[in-house]
Amino acid sequence: MSGLKRERTWRNMRRAMVNRLMWAGAILATLIALVPLALVLYHVLKLGLPALNWAFFTQLPKPVGETGGGMANAIVGTLILIGLASLVGLPVGMLGGIYLAEFGNGRAGGFIRFTADVLASVPSIVIGVLVWGLVVVPMKSFSALAGGVALGVMMIPLVMRTTEELVRLVPRSQREAALALGATRAKTTFTVVMAAARGGVITGVLLAVARIAGETAPLIFTALNNRFMSLRLDQPIASLPVTIWNYATSPYSDWIAKAWAGSFVLVALILILSIAARYATRGRFRLVR
Amino acid sequence: MTVSTDKSLPLRRRGPFGANVGDRVFHWGTLSIALIVPAVILLLWFVLTLDALPSIRRFGVHFFTRVVWDPNLSLEFGALDAIFGTVVSSLLALLIAVPISLGTALFLAELAPRRLRSPVSFLIELLAAVPSIVYGLWGVIVMVPAIRQIELWLGKPPIGYGMLAAGLILAIMILPYITSVSREVIQAVPRAQREASFALGATQWETLRGPVLRYARSGILGAIILGLGRALGETMAVTMVIGNVHEISASLFSPGYTLPSLLANEFAEASGALHTSALVEAALVLLFITIIVNACARLLIWRVAKGQARGVTE
Repeated sequence: MSGLKRERTWRNMRRAMVNRLMWAGAILATLIALVPLALVLYHVLKLGLPALNWAFFTQLPKPVGETGGGMANAIVGTLILIGLASLVGLPVGMLGGIYLAEFGNGRAGGFIRFTADVLASVPSIVIGVLVWGLVVVPMKSFSALAGGVALGVMMIPLVMRTTEELVRLVPRSQREAALALGATRAKTTFTVVMAAARGGVITGVLLAVARIAGETAPLIFTALNNRFMSLRLDQPIASLPVTIWNYATSPYSDWIAKAWAGSFVLVALILILSIAARYATRGRFRLVR
Repeated sequence: MTVSTDKSLPLRRRGPFGANVGDRVFHWGTLSIALIVPAVILLLWFVLTLDALPSIRRFGVHFFTRVVWDPNLSLEFGALDAIFGTVVSSLLALLIAVPISLGTALFLAELAPRRLRSPVSFLIELLAAVPSIVYGLWGVIVMVPAIRQIELWLGKPPIGYGMLAAGLILAIMILPYITSVSREVIQAVPRAQREASFALGATQWETLRGPVLRYARSGILGAIILGLGRALGETMAVTMVIGNVHEISASLFSPGYTLPSLLANEFAEASGALHTSALVEAALVLLFITIIVNACARLLIWRVAKGQARGVTE
């Protein structure tokens, strides 16, 4: 384009001016878009890091009014909830994803893919209401189990779509080589194809875990909360996000400082997982889907 | 030359997968697992409708037309204010996020040097990875006091919590979604479209505004609606900054309520069957709105993707 100079008329100069103005606008918009990320990370670092100490990880919360203590119960609770969610979300998500990749080119596949998109877009708090109706009401108690199921349901579409994408990425030749050696289709998928897709699938799973680890809304009326350390699955259980919520909306400055510390832990966990996933797959993975 | 391999082939096919029982189990097994997803959607409608029935019977259309939420004395529920708050805060978020997102998407798709493109996209997408609760905390401690300063400066009562706070925080949260999808849609426009326009002497901006945006238009609209869907269902951050007051006000600075906030604040401690049922009806309304909005978005994006496939082959 630069080889051809436009005539220097007023009209052309105005066009060049508009062109530059618009690009300046686009650059400005990008800078504005980066401001909130910088601000949020800055405050999480500035207010979260100083509030973090050993007790935060090892001690239980102190009663209202006393300072000190930690969120050990919430950290353990979040780990238990992630474990339960993985028990629900991983098998369903991965096997469903394998179905979509292997047999999903027909009508049934399109339908399931569409419903997975719908499920991924259902507000997380509505998933909470569903699990409340299905698990909490029959069990007559809020429970870790209910919280795990709620998070697990949210994981299903995430894991399903990444598994499908990664299984589809495995070269045809590898599949054909296994089939030519006489392996059945199932054997080919579960040994050769999954072995090739393993790294990516693990990354996808980690990202799904990162995504649900910070979820608050589906836990409020499924797992509820617990001031004590609880390992029982049929009892309410504490979690980092719900505890941060309680503390953040309280009037005590010590609690608010702890909410920042909890946020720091959550954000650090999620950033590490996201950056590791990006590095491991050379940016093929998207956080937005 | 005349050897017929037909009968000696070990991979002879009978039915879709030959005679192999294991493969049939594989097919039907994974299918039945995958069908759990549509089953969950069905269950959602079924369970929510069932639990909302008492409220639907009792209040009928009044649930959508009245501003009353009294779980203690009169047991009257009307969620007009929450529906209003949900829609208005989300539209406000779009108003703020769309220009910034589209500018960023244009920068990333057309202008940015190759070296910057991928890291900046990643940073924008990180916005989507930060948990809602962290945005909420940030909103309460950092943004709300800042809005109070603006309110003081404007001579208004310094509340801080309200529609503006909710709209701003939602805008931040949906920005990565709109940016990311629009960028993809713009990048999907065939090169030939751009080259033809350049060949006619158009500037870069004229090329974008004309052929490129025309081509990407419905996909960008899809991206925006996708962002709207996200905003409508967002719970924690909004609950923490919107003020949670049952009223409808034309002022940006006045507090309000949203459907997800109702659920977050009251569901765990609902004071009786009718209160619970009314809250489930609120969830049902929310589910209905978000599914419609998201279906529209997917349809628009999908149409562009199809158009792109056609454009490549032409």
